[in-house]
Amino acid sequence: MLFNMFITFFKVGAFTIGGGYAMIPIIQREIVEKKKWIEEDEFLDAIAVSQGSPGPVAVNLSILVGYRLKGLKGALTCCLGTILPSFLIILLIATVFFQFRNNPIVERVFIGIRPAVVALIASAVYQLAKKSKFDYNKYIISIAALLILVFFNISPIYLILIGGIGSILYYKGKDKSSKD
Amino acid sequence: MSSLIKLFLSFFKIGLFSFGGGYAMLPLIKKEIIEVHGWLTNAEFIDIIAISEMTPGPIAINSATFLGYRISGILGSVVSTIAVVLPSFIIMSLIFHFVNKFKDSPYSDWFFRGIRPIVLGLIASAAVSVAMDAFVDIKSVLITLGIFYIVTFKRLNPIIAIIIAGITGVIFY
Repeated sequence: MLFNMFITFFKVGAFTIGGGYAMIPIIQREIVEKKKWIEEDEFLDAIAVSQGSPGPVAVNLSILVGYRLKGLKGALTCCLGTILPSFLIILLIATVFFQFRNNPIVERVFIGIRPAVVALIASAVYQLAKKSKFDYNKYIISIAALLILVFFNISPIYLILIGGIGSILYYKGKDKSSKD
Repeated sequence: MSSLIKLFLSFFKIGLFSFGGGYAMLPLIKKEIIEVHGWLTNAEFIDIIAISEMTPGPIAINSATFLGYRISGILGSVVSTIAVVLPSFIIMSLIFHFVNKFKDSPYSDWFFRGIRPIVLGLIASAAVSVAMDAFVDIKSVLITLGIFYIVTFKRLNPIIAIIIAGITGVIFY
């Protein structure tokens, strides 16, 4: 079983391009539909927990599924299966990449690619903003966070903590006043 | 040895505070790897993002492995990859064992409502900081606008977008 779990997550890790979110539907097909290791409802809960926790969402999800199937051993197995393909492929590329990086053609390729990276990130911002349906206050918070990060030398960690803790205090106050 | 410990601590921090997917962790990686430790140049960092985008697996893992290798070879890549995953492992273990306590608490819901707008700002700031190094002339701005349009509105696959941009680079520069 452990070996089977490892192979399943290894396959998912090796063949899904496009980051962690692209891996979720593939994991779902393998684990819920094909192998029937976990019920649909339970899997959806696991996705919610994985998205709401720090760290790569696909890694979080594989650890939870692993725990559910075979405890700590299962969690280690699934986690290793998920990250090993990335690790090996990147290691291979990295060893080659740094030898060719100063080749003039490779340099030109990357001068062209860098603006595309800007476009991909900007596109993610656009889609996230559209999907999130924030009110004006929340957009103001987003813009403030953006400006602070661009113009001041502050670690994003502080912004996350301030946002999270500030929000807890705000909603707790609201919760309390609605009960009074 | 002490550089490996620093590498471990940096990626542990990155793993622990990365909410909202691979792009949201870019400002944190930039802060730790480029600004605090000076382990990479901005241009190298952007190239690594592009390569991480084109290879299978989560961007966080890809970039941790790549950066670790760049900073201290194979041992570095092992250390940074383990370090970036370890917080996930610890947190998922806690959640798995105490799941009911977490599920019914309003605090985590409140916490996430507060960080969602911050995460949007973080990702936007990643776009700005990459742009500062990627925009070398008007041609690069045009590449960004063109790729943004076809990826966002024509749903072009990001990998194909990167390949097109690479070819454009060879032709234009």
